[in-house]
Amino acid sequence: METTIARPTDAPFRDDAAAAPAASITVNVVYLARLRDAFGRGAEALAVPAPARARDVLAALRARGGAFADELAPGRAVRVAVNHSMARDDAGLHDGDEVALLPPVTGG
Amino acid sequence: MAVRVQEEDFDAGVEMARLRAADAGVGAVATFVGVVRDLNDDASVSSLTLEHYPGMTEKALEAIVAQARERFDIRDALVVHRVGTLKPTDQIVLVIVTSAHRGDAFDACRFLMDYLKTRAPFWKKEQTPAGARWVEARASDDDAAARW
Repeated sequence: METTIARPTDAPFRDDAAAAPAASITVNVVYLARLRDAFGRGAEALAVPAPARARDVLAALRARGGAFADELAPGRAVRVAVNHSMARDDAGLHDGDEVALLPPVTGG
Repeated sequence: MAVRVQEEDFDAGVEMARLRAADAGVGAVATFVGVVRDLNDDASVSSLTLEHYPGMTEKALEAIVAQARERFDIRDALVVHRVGTLKPTDQIVLVIVTSAHRGDAFDACRFLMDYLKTRAPFWKKEQTPAGARWVEARASDDDAAARW
């Protein structure tokens, strides 16, 4: 079973602790439709190491196993929206962002 | 250009008349209405619940209409999509496009539906004799959108 650890990707080296950037950010993760049913919740706050990208949120959720690992497995068609706009996996996240996980849409 | 997300039913005739009356340059009005059917994937559907993503839905529909404006020579467009619980024969979605001529009106109307079906954050959950299930997205919808 894969163990995924979300690591900062571009964090500069700093030896001045007083000026160090925040070690993590907190985003509000929103689950839509079938994902809400599968996870048993509509939303939750999630802390991830900074700097964080959308895919880091997915990886952190997958690492929980169970329904999260099943529904968010690589290859499953889940899209991500950040602050109400569709985003790519490599989208950068900021503290307080709303990160929504969307199953394939079926409107119309 | 307007988009609305609402639980209430809509009146296509009233909306079409409104768009015509506002603009004497309109020569063509193309209208599509999506309706709830009683059968999907071999199962009887007794009711359908439309969920959406509040805060993003209107934004996504507006972006789709903006794309239609860029691609086609249209004068106005209206998209109304219902949410909540609906039953067979109920109206789900209305798309109206006005233009000087029918070519762009027809094309833009079809484009708006093809893009709405694949990009607008709505999800259907249908009630069947075997219980409730989330409707699966169709590859044919992706194919249709890809053709534009």
